[in-house]
Amino acid sequence: MDYISNTNADKAEMLKVIGARSFADLISNIPSSLKKVELKISPGISELELDRHMDEIGHANKNFKYSVSYLGAGNYDHFFPAVVDRLALRGEFITAYTPYQGEASQGTLQTMYEYQSLICELTAMDASNASMYDGASSLAEAALLALRSGERKKILIPVTIHPEYREVVRTYLSFLDAEIVEIPMKNCVADLEALSKAAGEDVAAILVQQPNFFGALEDTQRIGEIAKKSGALFVACVNPVSLGVLAPPGEYGADIAVGEGQPLGNPVSYGGPHFGFFTVKDALLRKIPGRISGMTVDKIGRRAFVLTLQAREQHIRREKATSNICTNQALCALKGAIYVSLLGKEGIKKLALLNVSKARKTHDRLLKIKGVHPVSNAPFFNEFALRIDKDTQKLKENLKKNNILGPLALENFYPEMKSTYLFAVTEKRTDADLGALAAAIEDTP
Amino acid sequence: MSRLLFEKHSQNRASWLPELDGSEKEALKKIPQELLRKKEPSLPSLSELDVVRHFTGLSQKNFCVDANFYPLGSCTMKYNPKALDSIAASTAFSQIHPYQDEGDVQGALRVLYETQELLSEITGMDEFTLQPAAGAHGEFCGLLMASAYHRANKQKKTQVLIPDSAHGTNPASAALCGYEVVQVLTNAKGHVDVNDLKKKLSDRTACLMMTNPNTLGLFEEEILEIAQAVHRAGGLLYYDGANMNALVGICRPGDMGFDIVHINLHKTFAVPHGSGGPGSGPVGVKKELIPFLPRPRILKESGRFTFEKNAPRSIGKLRSYYGNFGAIIRSYAYIKALGKEGLSAVSENAILNANYLKARLKKMFDVSHEGFCMHEFVLSARTQKKKGVKALDIAKRLLDFGVYAPTIYFPLIVEEALMVEPTETESKETLDAFVKILEDIEKEIDQDPQKVLDAPHTTPVFRIDEVQAARHPNLRFRSS
Repeated sequence: MDYISNTNADKAEMLKVIGARSFADLISNIPSSLKKVELKISPGISELELDRHMDEIGHANKNFKYSVSYLGAGNYDHFFPAVVDRLALRGEFITAYTPYQGEASQGTLQTMYEYQSLICELTAMDASNASMYDGASSLAEAALLALRSGERKKILIPVTIHPEYREVVRTYLSFLDAEIVEIPMKNCVADLEALSKAAGEDVAAILVQQPNFFGALEDTQRIGEIAKKSGALFVACVNPVSLGVLAPPGEYGADIAVGEGQPLGNPVSYGGPHFGFFTVKDALLRKIPGRISGMTVDKIGRRAFVLTLQAREQHIRREKATSNICTNQALCALKGAIYVSLLGKEGIKKLALLNVSKARKTHDRLLKIKGVHPVSNAPFFNEFALRIDKDTQKLKENLKKNNILGPLALENFYPEMKSTYLFAVTEKRTDADLGALAAAIEDTP
Repeated sequence: MSRLLFEKHSQNRASWLPELDGSEKEALKKIPQELLRKKEPSLPSLSELDVVRHFTGLSQKNFCVDANFYPLGSCTMKYNPKALDSIAASTAFSQIHPYQDEGDVQGALRVLYETQELLSEITGMDEFTLQPAAGAHGEFCGLLMASAYHRANKQKKTQVLIPDSAHGTNPASAALCGYEVVQVLTNAKGHVDVNDLKKKLSDRTACLMMTNPNTLGLFEEEILEIAQAVHRAGGLLYYDGANMNALVGICRPGDMGFDIVHINLHKTFAVPHGSGGPGSGPVGVKKELIPFLPRPRILKESGRFTFEKNAPRSIGKLRSYYGNFGAIIRSYAYIKALGKEGLSAVSENAILNANYLKARLKKMFDVSHEGFCMHEFVLSARTQKKKGVKALDIAKRLLDFGVYAPTIYFPLIVEEALMVEPTETESKETLDAFVKILEDIEKEIDQDPQKVLDAPHTTPVFRIDEVQAARHPNLRFRSS
């Protein structure tokens, strides 16, 4: 099928107006050796057949609706009220372009401004851009910003930061004259002694994830002090839902706060699309990458919104831009803004408390099982690691049999962490879920 | 005045959340006081109904493809089938986790693998990665691979050549990879000036980044000669796929000699723009560059889909997980639905519509270049400017007629540029209506130019004070 609106009669008349005999005339300047294309692609199908085809493929996926997920590690199985998608998927939002013509895009521009405001409130930072690709690339852009700031060439990055995020930072920095120094961990949090020792005057930024990859809470207060003393920028990568109860980066002295926005209104969708957020203290305002909406007035003084500080961006500055980012993740950020609006002040706190308490309950219950051991006594938010001294293969089978997805085997990322698993517990988990999980582990020899 | 979320008030309930088991104090007892939040965030307090009214009201202040003709050059604002939105949102594809066991997500892996194959076939490349989140991210990915390739061959390359008609992301991406940007001139025909290119090619050239058709909407006729020259100098040829909507089923960048290709799924392959994303910028390469693709590649081994375990020469990862899956699956379903003939119809009608509009509008406007165009063309409002009305004014006046404005002042090499891309999904009737609107505006320019200069008159706000926005940045609401 296709979605062409011209009739055959239209097409013939159009060619006549153009002054061409046939369509071939219009592309006669393309070398003929290039036009011998016969795509090896099957014939088109109707929407009905497409629906059937996609259903068939979809059946080969286990999903959260018919399984219970304890997988996290950056993407979490939260519940989002139907309103979020109903609003965000309105044609007026989903089929509009980047709001370059401000007068015809006030809806998008105001939602961007509101998104920026909501993210600043959550993080207690001064300014936010309108979104980045994801948490990992936001963290990498923060490192780039820090390296642009001056002569300092080192980036300190604890191994407690998500391994994929660290890899993305390495990729982004691979062609710069910069050194990435990994800081070891102790008790599943950054080793502060090692960090303090490494934090010399040549350090451009100290990156920290809160909660970290293991779900454990870093001593952000201390790390902030270490950063301040060395004169390095302090970059915090945070889970936005945790900020309902945990100290926000603005309260512990972060210069840049970034993070993965998926937990705010975006379904996991096999890892994307989601959005990354990027916030700074006022001093760094003009170094932010990406688009920003600002409030101003129209010519008769009415409140209006417009893309602003564009002198930083690629379409104006080309090779001198602060980043090459153009298309970002606007619709995902809009979902985030709608979700946070629905949560409100009370809701964000309640959501965070539900996550903490359910995670704690799960943690404490599982520790009662013989063979299950803690790997850290650090406090956590909605995710924690446990060592399970049981037959690995049997455990896997038992979990699968009970339609449980996860927990994540940490050995995949940290080879030394044998039989150690990461559990994420959100507001969706029930006592019945916990019972099934505990039984599946208990029943494993 | 348009009120902000923060300036409205009603009873918030967050009614989808279950009740908390136990007290707040109980929940937080294991977390040290200094790690807890001191000051509550000043979030709005609104009922579900008021949130719905707020965002519905804001949506109504947007122009969009669903309601308006949107001839925004180089942006390919076509109609994207609604079926794709439903597929992406379905439980089977939206409620799955990137760290599930491979055996539990064979459907998702199949979609990714087959999309790689389909894009390779359409573009004539050997393999694709779907990881980049947008076009500029794809450029970054492609340039990192070019760089890794040259290093593996022990070549030190420091320059990237870019035509002066290129999108701004090209030089920005090159700079991000530490390259010096060398601009190549456009000749009188609107093509890359091959003589200038040859002068600038050297053993320092890492690659030439090209858009074909270029941003003037013209096919680069000398592409085969260009490819030969670049390769002879030891450089690679990079294809910016922003204008791929002109070539699907007609010819392929891989056959032209391009070594690296990025495609904007949010332009050619039916991912809606979403007010500025999410997009997706897959990158295709020729065989020699496969070892450098981002990790992890998705492979098919004895009928099962799996991740490549070992890739020592890979450039690494560009983002977490595997790409914007929810965007990629739309493109997969779109290509499946259209099939071979449907795909060819895309470019044929995109080219036909553009040429028809150009033929009708050239009586009114100067065109950047005579002759047939591909899927878009560039008008110049320099004649109108002599009468005191600029491209910007015409763009703003179009809004009053319910038409979104063409891309203006781009490409930079055309004075008072208006870049028009009608796309394949518009009907002749819509194009005729657009011509009529421009004729009416042309009359106004002669009879009542002030009306055009003061436009828009019917949008939620009149012309916006951008200078104040930049001089006194107000980027967020602050309570108190």
